[in-house]
Amino acid sequence: MSALAETTSPTRQLGVGEFHTFEASGQRFAYMVPSAAVFALDDCSVAVVELLKTRPQAPEELLAALAPRFGEQTVKDAVNELHRIRAIGELAAKAPAPKVIPLKPMPIQTLVVNVTNQCNLSCEYCYEYGEDKIVDTENGSQPKFMSAETARAAVDLALRESNPGKTAHITFFGGETLMNFKVLKSTVAYARDSAKALNREVDFSLTTNATLLQPDVIDFLADERIGVTISIDGPQEIQDKFRVFSNGKGSYDIAAPKIKALLARHKTRPIGARVTLTKQTLDVKRIYKHLFEDMGFWEVGFAPVTTAPQRGHALEAGPGYDHLLEQFRQLAAEFLEASLQNRHHGFSNVRETLQEIHMGHAKAYPCGAGIGLLGVATDGEVSLCHRFAGSENHRFGSVTDGIDRAKQATFLDEHHISNKTDCATCWARPICGGGCYHEAHTRYGATTQPNLHYCEWIRGWTHTCLEIYGELAVKNPGFLRQFDGDDDEAPQRH
Amino acid sequence: MKHLNAINRKAALVVASTEADVVALQQQGGGPPQQPEKPHIPPGCSTVFSPGWEADHAGGTAGLCSPVERDLFDCHMGCFWPAQVPDQLNHAPDWTAKCAVAQKDWRKIDLVFPG
Repeated sequence: MSALAETTSPTRQLGVGEFHTFEASGQRFAYMVPSAAVFALDDCSVAVVELLKTRPQAPEELLAALAPRFGEQTVKDAVNELHRIRAIGELAAKAPAPKVIPLKPMPIQTLVVNVTNQCNLSCEYCYEYGEDKIVDTENGSQPKFMSAETARAAVDLALRESNPGKTAHITFFGGETLMNFKVLKSTVAYARDSAKALNREVDFSLTTNATLLQPDVIDFLADERIGVTISIDGPQEIQDKFRVFSNGKGSYDIAAPKIKALLARHKTRPIGARVTLTKQTLDVKRIYKHLFEDMGFWEVGFAPVTTAPQRGHALEAGPGYDHLLEQFRQLAAEFLEASLQNRHHGFSNVRETLQEIHMGHAKAYPCGAGIGLLGVATDGEVSLCHRFAGSENHRFGSVTDGIDRAKQATFLDEHHISNKTDCATCWARPICGGGCYHEAHTRYGATTQPNLHYCEWIRGWTHTCLEIYGELAVKNPGFLRQFDGDDDEAPQRH
Repeated sequence: MKHLNAINRKAALVVASTEADVVALQQQGGGPPQQPEKPHIPPGCSTVFSPGWEADHAGGTAGLCSPVERDLFDCHMGCFWPAQVPDQLNHAPDWTAKCAVAQKDWRKIDLVFPG
């Protein structure tokens, strides 16, 4: 419907819709909410929006104010176009957001298999062993190592429940994954054979602390094209602050040479580093430089430690996250500079966000957990994700009985973004979705809670990534084509 | 579009999905859109009415597709009883400000007294 065509009602007023504006390369853009569409605005449409932001007004009033500057027809066209994308519209009460539960059936894209809940390190901040743990893996009923039989059942589940036309992704997780290398190795062989019999593809990845990367393990990972993510916090004094053995000795000296051997030998997949940031180790640029330039990782991803707020390593809500944002922005500026020159930069947090912006992902849920991603505990119980493996309250079935679809449906109903009242007015909700379930559970005791302690950080970071996206769209649009891919094949965050 | 440039893939989808509206409008010669031929029935609205409220097939509200609280907004925005809710345009612009999700927050809707 045209905004200016319908001018019969004397009280009809236009106001601004929901969007976030940003500027890049001297160009104004709008990030539309909740569609997540990005539009560039010309001067006339910017003027219309700015005027309506001051107060709602009738179309005739708008026309009278702007026609002398831009011409009547130009203003009419701009208003109609803005109306068409819902950047402006009739003043009306906000309609409840439609609640769309994902279409059934929901195939598994990624199954995260915890092959052990044991670890040879004793990182103080660990969510699995530290003070914030959900499941008692030391004295609990679960086996400490997954049996080959259970692992094979997990593979069967992944092949059975994934989309037959797509690759099934299996991620090995822990504990320290390589402490159960024997089962991991036999499971890969079993999965390859099973997939072949079904004329399917199966893909593997794992996360490890690198301390057990023996030459035969490295050969296996390279030959089998297994994607590897290394948990490492940075140069020696940073790594050794929290990532220690049970005797308190730092792990850098053991891990670093093995990582170098892995990077030298394993060329079939890009190898990434995954950094946990704490209050004591918040030095993003230095960590990045060491891991990317000195060690040779293809990419480096950062995440603040998931922890209860009172712990000593927790980032301080407010100043801590502001500091983090500033550091991220500095590194993101380097990413932009490299990308404008078509050089590879390994700051994967930017890359992932750019991909989401480019596709226009508008999330009803923060991540794929409970939808396309599920975790498996050592006893074969299926859980919301690997971080909840073994938690009775977050159980979604088992590898033998299959996925509990009723529980899944209830979960998705309860965790939809429309239930998160606090998120209803936030422009970043299409990309945030309320934040990590595990973070919410650790901070607030419930997965249904939005992570209100880092809202400013999410909005600040999303704004920065939008600016980078805008810069690239203007100056080097070819760079963004790498994000045109099969949406379903996009890797999920763990 | 002349004044807006679709940058990401979702924006291109938005432009494509609204193309039909623009074509329809142009075919009408740019004049006011025709009145829809059928009455507007909001999603979840029952076709069985008792005075003032909708009812399900048994005369109650338990079987409605949408909770009755939702209807307040449907009534207000696009339906039959605009006069039964506060005048958002002039006197009570924020009366729904605390009600982000009607099903959950309808108790938070402000009381508005005629001024």
